[in-house]
Amino acid sequence: MKRPGLVKTVLIFLFLIFLIQGGLRLYRHRHFDVPVVAGPGVTRVAHLSDFGPGLKGTMADTLVYFLEGTEPGGKAILLSNTHANEPEGLLATLLMVENAVVEKGSLIIIPQFNRSASRNTRPGDGYPLYFEIPTDWGRKTFRMGNRDASPLDQWPDPDVYIHYPDRQLLSYIDARNANRTWPGRTGGPLMEKVTFAAMEIMRREKVDVAVDIHGAETMFPVTNCIVAPDKSLRIATLASLTVKAREGFDSHVEPSPTGFRGLSHREIGDYSDTLPFLLEAPIPFLDQPTGPKTEKLLLDGKDPFLLSLARKKKLFVPYDASGWPLEKRVGQHCSVCLEILRQYSKKNPDRSILVRDIPRYAEVIQNGVGYYFHNPDKAEKDRLYPN
Amino acid sequence: MPFIMILYYLITAYLVFLLAWNFIREKKKTEDMALYLLVLIPLVLRILRLK
Repeated sequence: MKRPGLVKTVLIFLFLIFLIQGGLRLYRHRHFDVPVVAGPGVTRVAHLSDFGPGLKGTMADTLVYFLEGTEPGGKAILLSNTHANEPEGLLATLLMVENAVVEKGSLIIIPQFNRSASRNTRPGDGYPLYFEIPTDWGRKTFRMGNRDASPLDQWPDPDVYIHYPDRQLLSYIDARNANRTWPGRTGGPLMEKVTFAAMEIMRREKVDVAVDIHGAETMFPVTNCIVAPDKSLRIATLASLTVKAREGFDSHVEPSPTGFRGLSHREIGDYSDTLPFLLEAPIPFLDQPTGPKTEKLLLDGKDPFLLSLARKKKLFVPYDASGWPLEKRVGQHCSVCLEILRQYSKKNPDRSILVRDIPRYAEVIQNGVGYYFHNPDKAEKDRLYPN
Repeated sequence: MPFIMILYYLITAYLVFLLAWNFIREKKKTEDMALYLLVLIPLVLRILRLK
């Protein structure tokens, strides 16, 4: 009888080691805050829960930064981390929060749109829990999130997600995907409450332009592009042509499909007066046939398997040994956002939005992303927002 | 926390109880004991709201 007791003791000991070692890392990741230094352009900071019910006190409640100009004009909202495993959008918007100054009109920025997803991870794919960006004052650490909200915040998943209000049947996992739950509702699952609150911001603030910033696989056809519905196509096309001509990078236009529901570029346009755009930059980290999902792959986008596939013309973007580094992806997003705002302002002078101190593509590549982040240790306490 | 989520936590707790009880009752098969504990890990992580 002693031997089974000994075996059990050893097994319980191993069980506790696995549980504590793994559990602590997950706990720390879920509760790790990224300090954001509100730049000179930030005039007020609100919570998403101020605009929609059912979010206060949940992990989905996130910060909404308002950058208001001295002159009245149009309004634009920028969303990132809708999918929290596509960090180029997050870095682009945080860079704007920390540096941008609005001269005319307003910018509303929600960097951690799916905050719950940013505190989730994908252990089965071996995702790193964090990534670091070098800056002039040290390394800034960010949480690496997942595509979908954490099941700790929205559980259980349905067998099939029935989109509201169109009742289209979507994959069960899309119930936690904040880019399938637009336009949302107050009585739905948490992600529908998140998108409903964002729709409320657009309706209440009379937002003219909405940009949802993403990253997409190099093997996915909808990558390196601006997705736009009919009402936004003209501005998207002008922005695409201009960045190609002036800055030398490609970001083609993809029409938003009318029959695929729940996406921001479809529902925002259908359920409000706002012009929606969705930006995609290629992120090799998300492709399936790559090597290990390391922090290095996330940052430099270099992978020998993708290189081999590129030689066989299996990718939808040009790809060589230089990979697709983070600076390039963030730079693209900054430039395309600026160009969309510029083109909108040209067409609507009475609702124009003038912004300065957001770097463009070439500047971000030259200086690196970290160059634009401020040292939180030296920031004034009232300008510091852990998120 | 929505009512259905509370129900799922109760179901998880019940499964944890069953697995722990089976682990306690198992006297001979080491492989089964290890399997019970292995299956317990994600369930305990969920109850502790860690994953």
